[in-house]
Amino acid sequence: MLTVPYVTNYLTEHFGDDAFATVDGYVARGGYAAARKAITEMSPDQVIELVKGSGLQGRGGAGFNAGLKWSFMPKKTDLPKFLVCNADESEPGSFKDRILIERGPQQLIEGLLIGAWATGSEKTFIYIRGEYAYPAKCMQAAIDEAYQKGYLGNDVMGTGFRHDVVVQRGAGAYICGEETGLLESLEGKRGQPRKKPPFPAQYGAFGMPSTVNNVETFSHVPHIIKHGSDWFRQFGTEKSPGTTIFGVSGHVVRPGLFELPLGTTLEEIVFEHARGVPDGRKVKGVIPGGVSMPILPAGMLDVPMANEFMQERQTMIGTGGVMVMDEATCMVRVACVISYFFRDESCGQCTQCREGTGWMNKIIERIERGAGSMEDIDVLGDIAGKVEGATICAFADAAAWPVQGLLRHFRSDFEQHVTLGKCPFPESFEL
Amino acid sequence: MVSKGSEPSQGGGPLAEDRPARISSETRAKIEAEMENFPVKRGALLNALYLVQSETGYISQELAKELAGIFDIQPADVLGVVSFYNMFYEKPQGRHHVHVCTNLSCSLRGGRTLLRELEEHLGVGPGETTSDGRVTLGHEECLGACAYAPMMRVDETYHEDLDLEQAKKILDELE
Repeated sequence: MLTVPYVTNYLTEHFGDDAFATVDGYVARGGYAAARKAITEMSPDQVIELVKGSGLQGRGGAGFNAGLKWSFMPKKTDLPKFLVCNADESEPGSFKDRILIERGPQQLIEGLLIGAWATGSEKTFIYIRGEYAYPAKCMQAAIDEAYQKGYLGNDVMGTGFRHDVVVQRGAGAYICGEETGLLESLEGKRGQPRKKPPFPAQYGAFGMPSTVNNVETFSHVPHIIKHGSDWFRQFGTEKSPGTTIFGVSGHVVRPGLFELPLGTTLEEIVFEHARGVPDGRKVKGVIPGGVSMPILPAGMLDVPMANEFMQERQTMIGTGGVMVMDEATCMVRVACVISYFFRDESCGQCTQCREGTGWMNKIIERIERGAGSMEDIDVLGDIAGKVEGATICAFADAAAWPVQGLLRHFRSDFEQHVTLGKCPFPESFEL
Repeated sequence: MVSKGSEPSQGGGPLAEDRPARISSETRAKIEAEMENFPVKRGALLNALYLVQSETGYISQELAKELAGIFDIQPADVLGVVSFYNMFYEKPQGRHHVHVCTNLSCSLRGGRTLLRELEEHLGVGPGETTSDGRVTLGHEECLGACAYAPMMRVDETYHEDLDLEQAKKILDELE
């Protein structure tokens, strides 16, 4: 069972309460007041300026200023404009959007309404990964109820504003979390990313101006409208305001979700909130934000989880999916799992990615079997450096970064496999 | 050990006898209703494939041709979409799909051990279907249940925080 977050703040405060997912329960807890305020008292530009000024960063991984993204939508156009809510949540180690949909779907719909008002969008497509059958059902039920009670449709809350929301289910492809891969998939095609420019604000869903934001990003918006940007900035760091939902998994006593301010140290997340590694074992390494983010060794966990600090350690907070590995873990096996995933999920469009992800995986598996050479380790680093930044989308970067991180901090694990001719970590997890 | 399960699973197995091989008129009506949600009708193709597959079990060449007709596109376009996504099948499948998550968070907590033991329990290899056509067992790459590992998806239902005995029992109870 999906448990509600162990540590809550404004975003997940009411997630223990089933009624919060219903229109009446949500309204009883102050819901839809922010959308009403935005639509009746604020111009679209005022909403965009407020969200921009709050410093809300996209919570899907890239961390781009959400208000700034909204401001890219063309104002003078006869074309229909669309919002797209990215609920693909395909980055391994991430499971926060799922709870935002299951426990707070009205909060998400309110965020969509405000985004739609700000960008002049007539319709939102919520793209939910195919595996999330239950969250998709919850979302559809919440949408149906919102229509029934006048919070969606031709006359939202009696304001005359019109907005529709449609759920599109994906069908099992990691790349559809990339915004232009998602747009292709939304159009009923293979989810192969598009070249940018043109960016989605010019040429998005079905060729129309579109803005794509993550589920969590939209879910923060009602709170910003309601309480203002100064209130929002009391949480988090100067450059990374607000809270986020960290999902902790792997070798910890209390895996789960924790809503904490950005800038909370990785150490506090792992040892205080997730209660450290079971049975008195030590931490070996932590992946801070989904498998595509470079790993940090145990000695570097004092870093605040905000991109301006993470970048100094050559990593990023990504999706906030924290994966903890204990001292018995073989980092070459970790590399096997991650590189196989990227090899399997490459969309195949760009040669560097299609071939490079396969080569990296083969070399890593060879090293794990004990059949690798020291030269293999160098070639691995060389391939990772050459696929990075060389392709249409960031998938190749996402495949290269974890390999580079593992080589940066755990090169000796790779070397020991070569020297011994076998895996030196018999207690590590089974491959 | 390393190469185990490292080829993408293909599924395969006998087709359940009661599956229709054509798109029913009800499904066709549902597909046409879905088209209304999108500015162009092709937007409804993924939904259409789900609808058809829930009736037929997989998307055959014939069904792809039929769908192509409904959407005014080429059969190759439909098959291109089917082959791109893990959740659409080009070949007959077991009556139930069981997917054990083997990505990192689950592997760290025994996901691959669970998959191997379930393969032994059912007597199938990676991605294979039991000889009675009951279950197709495969791995999956992260189902977004990382804190509740190990876990598996049975058709559309998640089973989380599993141990081997619980997982076997769930599989044994499938019809």
